[in-house]
Amino acid sequence: MDLALKDLGDYVAEALPQEVLGTEIEFDELMVRARRELIVKVLTFLRDDVNCRFQQLMDVCGVDYPEREKRFEVVYNLLSLTHNMRVRVKVETDEETPVPSVSGVFSSATWWEREAWDLFGIYFSEHPDLRRIMTDYGFDGHPLRKDFPLTGYVEVRYDDEQKRVVYEPVKLTQEFRTFDFLSPWEGVQGVLPGDEKADGDA
Amino acid sequence: MAETQIKNFTLNFGPQHPAAHGVLRLVLEMDGEVIVRADPHIGLLHRGTEKLIEYKSYLQAIPYFDRLDYVAPQNQEHAFALAVEKLLGLEVPPRAQYIRVLYAEIGRILSHILNVCSYAMDVGAMTPMLWGFEERERLMEFCERVSGARMHMNYFRPGGVAFDMPSGLAEDIDGWADHFPNFVDDCETLLTENRIFKQRTVDIGVITADQALDWGFSGPNLRACGIAWDLRKAQPYDVYEKMEFGVVVGKHGDCYARYLMRMAEMRVSVKIIKQCLEQMPGGPIKADDRKITPPSRAEMKHSMEALIHHFKLFTEGYHVPAGETYTAVEAPKGEFGVYLVSDGTNKPYRCKIRAPGFAHLQALELLSKGHMLADMVANIGSIDIVFGEIDR
Repeated sequence: MDLALKDLGDYVAEALPQEVLGTEIEFDELMVRARRELIVKVLTFLRDDVNCRFQQLMDVCGVDYPEREKRFEVVYNLLSLTHNMRVRVKVETDEETPVPSVSGVFSSATWWEREAWDLFGIYFSEHPDLRRIMTDYGFDGHPLRKDFPLTGYVEVRYDDEQKRVVYEPVKLTQEFRTFDFLSPWEGVQGVLPGDEKADGDA
Repeated sequence: MAETQIKNFTLNFGPQHPAAHGVLRLVLEMDGEVIVRADPHIGLLHRGTEKLIEYKSYLQAIPYFDRLDYVAPQNQEHAFALAVEKLLGLEVPPRAQYIRVLYAEIGRILSHILNVCSYAMDVGAMTPMLWGFEERERLMEFCERVSGARMHMNYFRPGGVAFDMPSGLAEDIDGWADHFPNFVDDCETLLTENRIFKQRTVDIGVITADQALDWGFSGPNLRACGIAWDLRKAQPYDVYEKMEFGVVVGKHGDCYARYLMRMAEMRVSVKIIKQCLEQMPGGPIKADDRKITPPSRAEMKHSMEALIHHFKLFTEGYHVPAGETYTAVEAPKGEFGVYLVSDGTNKPYRCKIRAPGFAHLQALELLSKGHMLADMVANIGSIDIVFGEIDR
């Protein structure tokens, strides 16, 4: 399994030298980094090539790394029924740069890209129907971004006087609690003060 | 008679329609009685599960998986437990693997009973629903006896399962498995050759194998198109490798084929349950690694170290080494995948949930275009959607 994946990774990297930036194998899973502008070509190749035959796009999702220059990763998980293999393709983007939509290659991508747009604000160009999908009608913001607070900004309630649902800024009856359980002891890297001689030959 | 131009009519279906299986809102464009366009609006049950999981430790994340596809909670927990185990590099003891497979199959039957019976009700048959819920109640009793909860079990944990099976439970499940095929037979006498049922389902919502692949179908809906693909066989996890069972494959890819698929799969599940009970070994039910799995109550009463481990596990939780994995299981509705990204802390950095229903619902327009309004109900029922997992 592992060898076959490595071969496949090398094969893809060789066949698409312009499009593929690198391949990695981790936990018996193959990951291919692709150039964002050429993602459509990469996925088309993976779908149609005889040695790949990744007929199914199982999932598209975003991941947010705010500290990076290009903060978003778009992750495509593909499945080949013919060869019983999976591959993960990744591209990087930021808030402004659009990722070419792959809904023309895999119809199933349409909604997943809508979801990534809704939850992360990743823009997909040439998408047939880039509306919000998960959040409320008229929702503002992209909730799965790391800088979006867990409690959100607005809450809804039914107003008896106005006879309708009203949106109000979120009011927390108790302060939002975050518990930092990370142990300071395990965070210490290297030698503790006074411990220098513990392993030495002193 | 002069020809008159008839304007298409827009119809709102749901979100509180009993046949919408939850909170589906469909905007339909109708040409008379024929569907021209269907635009499902989802997200009315969106609870931000993925965001919440990022703020919880790995152990606290498990209950959220119960609440996705609440008809078969075990199978979702299974995917998450497997994903975390993969990142941790954890071995699960054989008994725990057997218990998990046993309960995963119970979950499959739970889901298929509900789907088949509510589907029958959608197209006009009342009785299967009443019969099916009796069987579901028995199964949920088994869930309660092992975990304390009828539905939201929170039972599959990374490293094994939460508790061992109480004595007598295996015999009771075995007894149930003996008579359950009779229920499937009875149900089939009501439905399979039923004239009305067939009129409502045969050749409705046909999808070809190529289309199904393109739209990301999986599970029974994919197999109904004639593709023999089952993750339990193709990419076996836990002890599915040791089980002997066949993959049920359909032919036409219509609503009727999808119904037959689920009926046949229930029988297969019973076979797997029987094998699990026969082969189940004794031994521990969770990995012997106190940094991941909690010690027993009795141990905590006399061991200082056990007490410390318990305290640490239920406050800080365990740290998962940095890395990422996409782990999928064959849930009753199809491929349920978890894309888990860990940054080495005690909380998942990102946990994307790949719900099978999301892909199936997306193809609803394709399935229903050109059909009558009433066939829409048949289509929704046949693709087995549950909004807990679609909206997340």
